Amino acid sequence: MNWFYFSSPSTFFGLAGRLAPIFFALAAVLAAVGLYVGFFVAPTDATQGESYRIIFLHVPAAWMSMFLYFILACYGTMSLVFNSRLAAMMARSIAPTGALFTFIALWSGAFWGRPTWGTYWVWDARLTSELVLLFLYFGYIALANAFDDPRRGDRASALLAIIGIVNLPIIYFSVYWWNTLHQGSSVKLTGTTMHVTMFTGMILMAFACWMYAIGASLTRCRTLILEREGRTRWVRALQKSA
Amino acid sequence: MLTLAFYLLVAALFPLAIGTEPPLLARIGPGVIWVGALLAAFLSLPSLFSTDFADGTLEQMVLSPHPIAGWVCGKVAAHWLSSGLPLTLLAPLLGLQYGLPTDVLAMLVAALALGTPILSLLGGACAALALGARGGGMLLALLALPLFVPVLVFGAGAAEAQSAGLSAAPHLSLLGAGLILAAMATPFAIGTALRIALD
Repeated sequence: MNWFYFSSPSTFFGLAGRLAPIFFALAAVLAAVGLYVGFFVAPTDATQGESYRIIFLHVPAAWMSMFLYFILACYGTMSLVFNSRLAAMMARSIAPTGALFTFIALWSGAFWGRPTWGTYWVWDARLTSELVLLFLYFGYIALANAFDDPRRGDRASALLAIIGIVNLPIIYFSVYWWNTLHQGSSVKLTGTTMHVTMFTGMILMAFACWMYAIGASLTRCRTLILEREGRTRWVRALQKSA
Repeated sequence: MLTLAFYLLVAALFPLAIGTEPPLLARIGPGVIWVGALLAAFLSLPSLFSTDFADGTLEQMVLSPHPIAGWVCGKVAAHWLSSGLPLTLLAPLLGLQYGLPTDVLAMLVAALALGTPILSLLGGACAALALGARGGGMLLALLALPLFVPVLVFGAGAAEAQSAGLSAAPHLSLLGAGLILAAMATPFAIGTALRIALD
């Protein structure tokens, strides 16, 4: 078996085209079930009332914002080490989705904070580091698009992604290192302090967000491939047949 | 010199903008001095590699048989000597103007001495990455300032802990660890970024 078969943009284009609808469909089904569990099955929280229900979007979005940055840095490393065009395009395709999830996490957090903490925003360690993550995504996107030669943008932004990864542990451990307003984590590897249906709803939504992120990245990557490979024979053949 | 003038002016603007009550000034002093140092260090970053890039010196340096990381260390050290060190030495004067007590002043200088080299190293990496990019200065701000945040948090935290009567040692230890990490990793990152810029 040739492990690098799909690392060529032309073969990956077809694969991504077949996989993306599957991931979008999975995301829709998981989100439907997850939202049903979250809104109709999960009980009202003892201390936060109904307002806690935003965790079904907030927590998965926050997880995805960090996870996607990690994946982005991994693809960046691959593109630098192996000089692979496809890895660089995947890194670029992930960045807007990551920025979107970071924004959702901040925005939904603000609407959660108002009823439970009495304020939309505090300069708390986790909130601030998540805001810095949003600017890291913006910086990555801006640098990737700031060069006339796209390959230079690929390499420079990949290096920036690797440097920026030092921020991830700071976000992840901020609720343990600083004892500030943001509550500690309710989900640990050893178990959870949440009601089981709440946890189920959250995990379903997390998988829905994950599947959506994969589908969106694959779709965006297809567009990038067409844009970059516009002069190759297989893209022209594709245009003729379409 | 311009960096220092900028630093003094930034520090002078805060009392004009938010009032001159001594307790308030003593409270915000360390933070203002840190933000001023950060902005002043950032100000001289765009010119760090750009003239060498424009006249071809950079290309000669990269092509020379000597390791590029050594030459990069020299450039970063020059940046620190011309911005970070004077900012650190000037900080007690500004601190006195903000009415900070002596022990807080000493802590502020110690934190700046540990923190400003990190700013030069990280900023050098960002300046190298942004070489030849469109929208230079603003792009550099977007790249560098988020990466400066941890330095700012721990640096200002050290002086804050000292003025609150707590131990500033954890903050200084974190700054020292950051400095060691940055000194080990960033010269190679800057070298790689310069090679990318010259491709």
